[in-house]
Amino acid sequence: MNVTFPAASFQEDATPPPTSNPLLTVQNLNVAFGPAHSRRAVVKNVSFTVEKGRCVAIVGESGSGKSVTARTLVGLTGACSHVQADRLTFQGKNIDRLSDKEWRALRGKHIGFVLQDALVSLDPLRPIGKEIGEALLVHRAIRRGADLAERVVELLKLVGVPEPEVKARQLPHELSGGQRQRALIATAIALDPALLIADEPTTALDVTIQAQILDLLSETRERKKAMILISHNLAVVSQMADEIIVMRDGEIVEHGSSEQIFGDPRHDYTRGLLKAIPSVRSRGSRLSSSRAARFVSAEGDEGTALIQSDIAHCGRPLLEAERLVKRFRGPDGKLRTVVNDVSFSLGYGETLGIVGESGSGKTTLARMALALEVPDGGEVTLEGRQWSSATEKERRHRRSDISVIYQDPLSSFDPRWTIERVIDDALTRRREDPRDRASRQSEVSELLDLVGLSPSLKTRRTLELSGGQRQRVAIARAIAPHPKIIVCDEPVAALDVSIQAQIVDLLGDLKSQLRVSYLFISHDLGVVHHLSDRVLVMNHGEAVEAGRADDVFLRPRQPYTRKLVAAVPQLRFQAA
Amino acid sequence: MNTEKTIGKRALWLARRLLSGLIVLWAAATFTFFVQFLMPGERAQIIFNANSGNVGEIPRDQLLAINAKYGFDQPVIVQYGKYVWDVMHGELGQSYVQYQPVTDLIARQIGPTIALAFAAMLTAWIITITTTVLFAGRDNIWSKALGGFQIFLATLPPYWLATILLVVFAIQLRLFPVVGGNTPMGLVLPTMALALEIYGFLGQAVLGEFTRVLDQPFITSSRMRGTGDFSVRLRHALRHAALPGITLSGWIMGKLLSGAVLIEAVFGRQGLGGVLVAATSTRDVPVVSGVIVVSAALFIAASLIVDITVQLVDPRMKEA
Repeated sequence: MNVTFPAASFQEDATPPPTSNPLLTVQNLNVAFGPAHSRRAVVKNVSFTVEKGRCVAIVGESGSGKSVTARTLVGLTGACSHVQADRLTFQGKNIDRLSDKEWRALRGKHIGFVLQDALVSLDPLRPIGKEIGEALLVHRAIRRGADLAERVVELLKLVGVPEPEVKARQLPHELSGGQRQRALIATAIALDPALLIADEPTTALDVTIQAQILDLLSETRERKKAMILISHNLAVVSQMADEIIVMRDGEIVEHGSSEQIFGDPRHDYTRGLLKAIPSVRSRGSRLSSSRAARFVSAEGDEGTALIQSDIAHCGRPLLEAERLVKRFRGPDGKLRTVVNDVSFSLGYGETLGIVGESGSGKTTLARMALALEVPDGGEVTLEGRQWSSATEKERRHRRSDISVIYQDPLSSFDPRWTIERVIDDALTRRREDPRDRASRQSEVSELLDLVGLSPSLKTRRTLELSGGQRQRVAIARAIAPHPKIIVCDEPVAALDVSIQAQIVDLLGDLKSQLRVSYLFISHDLGVVHHLSDRVLVMNHGEAVEAGRADDVFLRPRQPYTRKLVAAVPQLRFQAA
Repeated sequence: MNTEKTIGKRALWLARRLLSGLIVLWAAATFTFFVQFLMPGERAQIIFNANSGNVGEIPRDQLLAINAKYGFDQPVIVQYGKYVWDVMHGELGQSYVQYQPVTDLIARQIGPTIALAFAAMLTAWIITITTTVLFAGRDNIWSKALGGFQIFLATLPPYWLATILLVVFAIQLRLFPVVGGNTPMGLVLPTMALALEIYGFLGQAVLGEFTRVLDQPFITSSRMRGTGDFSVRLRHALRHAALPGITLSGWIMGKLLSGAVLIEAVFGRQGLGGVLVAATSTRDVPVVSGVIVVSAALFIAASLIVDITVQLVDPRMKEA
């Protein structure tokens, strides 16, 4: 397991000189999972130190070993794990081989840990006040009773939860996403630990809430406490970290100060990560490097065969939504207006981005465009003919004109079907398809090639594929019936940055090749700006602002749009 | 929060549940009433046979007298109306055979049955909680064996288990009385015979959820606060895992009422089981109907208790 790796050489000169007494020292940490005969190394020779009052960020994509590294520091790597390190010290004490009891004394009291997505990280059956109280009681910092209740309220106030007395008695699901995350942070900082580890603390949150939580975490550093921040989002990290560790496949590929990593990244992987972030600057350029280039060259031959469908450019828009209204009945029986008086149009070959925070009604709008939801007011027309008000029977043969790609393609696939069957099924849905099975088979191969997948994957099942591959299959399925419109509902939200970059590039390429229109829904302003011609901003079911992408994002007119744009974490240092 | 409004909503919910319970009870009464017409033989003939102690053709005058006395000469719809009216007033009629009100008969025998069912349910829950908290979801042989052991228990016929327990613990080891009556010691073996099978089902439901919950992020989160393993299991995981078990308990209650019949026979215990068996063999229709209606009422009460318990354990359910 003790393999030497090439990255070790630069690591020495890039690491800031260690001071005599760091808070945390990790030297040659190795973590492996599984029984002895089939052990899989997930963290390999990782070394770093954390000084008092400093924030060290660990960035990397899923499977890079960043979370496992962090969990090792509190002794919670899980069953069947094998941890080995030359040195592992915290506050000058060896934490390499602690007993269960010693670990427990450390957790919460000296090292606080915040996990992502407080909805699942707080016990859904317990009031949040009890969860915060637990942190205090476990270490006998306080006795049960009035003092405890008072301290809990103080902590909730400290993390900025409004009406702390009331919220303390509420269950996690009764709080908003931001309030939940604040409460979770309160459980971690209850005993004012010397080190706070935050594992993707803002990943599940909307941009404006994300900005607030980052501010809250920054306060920890003002109290001279150390922090380890784990994230896949380089922009989030750039705002807070003093030092950055870039991990890939369990190894540190680059380690340096924020200035150095963002200003002068030395490793190709780091440069790729920085380039993969879609933003204003990236518009019109490709986000991913060489890997997708193979696909572009295919444009000439297989690609053209698919464009034959004549997209006549006419004056009227392809899809038009007129004053859409949708209401749903809530659990309390009250009607809630989810979409209120929203109009938009989508032209041939155009991309309309719809942005908004969760609950803004963007997905409901998309479902009405797909005629999966009947509007309570207004109408959707497709190519000038009625669409939302047509009967399902009339719509059925026109369904192939409009496809959809979801955030999580896995749940939209039958897990027992092979990739070939998934795409073939979409092909047969095309109206008047007299062709035989053999030609369909060759078309499946063409489609796979078009989305950058090897046709040899045809016999696989979707469970065997990676997240990026699955999304490519979903795209192949969406383009199979030669649609005029593809509705993309958060198609890259669940993907790592570099995979996200490839998928965004693929969508861009397909647009020019197939001259398809996109209704592109995302909470990520960067992705929307990168891809969209025009943008519609939604808030609480209403269209706040609409216009050309550059106008909306660079010169927002409405206060809400301004707030949204301002909340997006920007890379603190301009990439070279 | 808005407590007044919440209390109002609770009351409405309870009223709705009670109403639906009454509808179920009415359906059970209606069913048992009409089923008696499907059985062969005149009711008057059954009563005559029971009274005279021998089987023979009923004389015409006797037939008319019995029909008049029990109201069998009235139209069916009138008889049905009277029956439902009586049931609503807690009146279950007269036993054909034992010349006493069915309610008295049941009231005398229901105590031991409820005691047995309650003891069995309690025991099953105690074993479930203990074994789950101690062994479930651990990386050792006991944890793996637990699931298999539960399935084994679930497949055992309780009357067979009852016989084994009786032979080993009462006859061989002489630890418990063979026929215990209503003494606490006499309750132990019948309770175990019923509880072990129930534990098989209940344990499986709780074990599955418990193992699933142990992997949830909020459990990890709690451990990261320094909470000990036992505390995490008891305070966080068990509460979640208990939910499917509580829901299952309503169904188990029904199973216990019917299962008690055989167990009561094996141990020679008093109880509704004996009443039902005797009444069925003598075709004592009012008693059979009465036991069924009372069982239905018990079952309705059990599911109401289950629903209230679920809401206490899972406060999220209160909004639904």
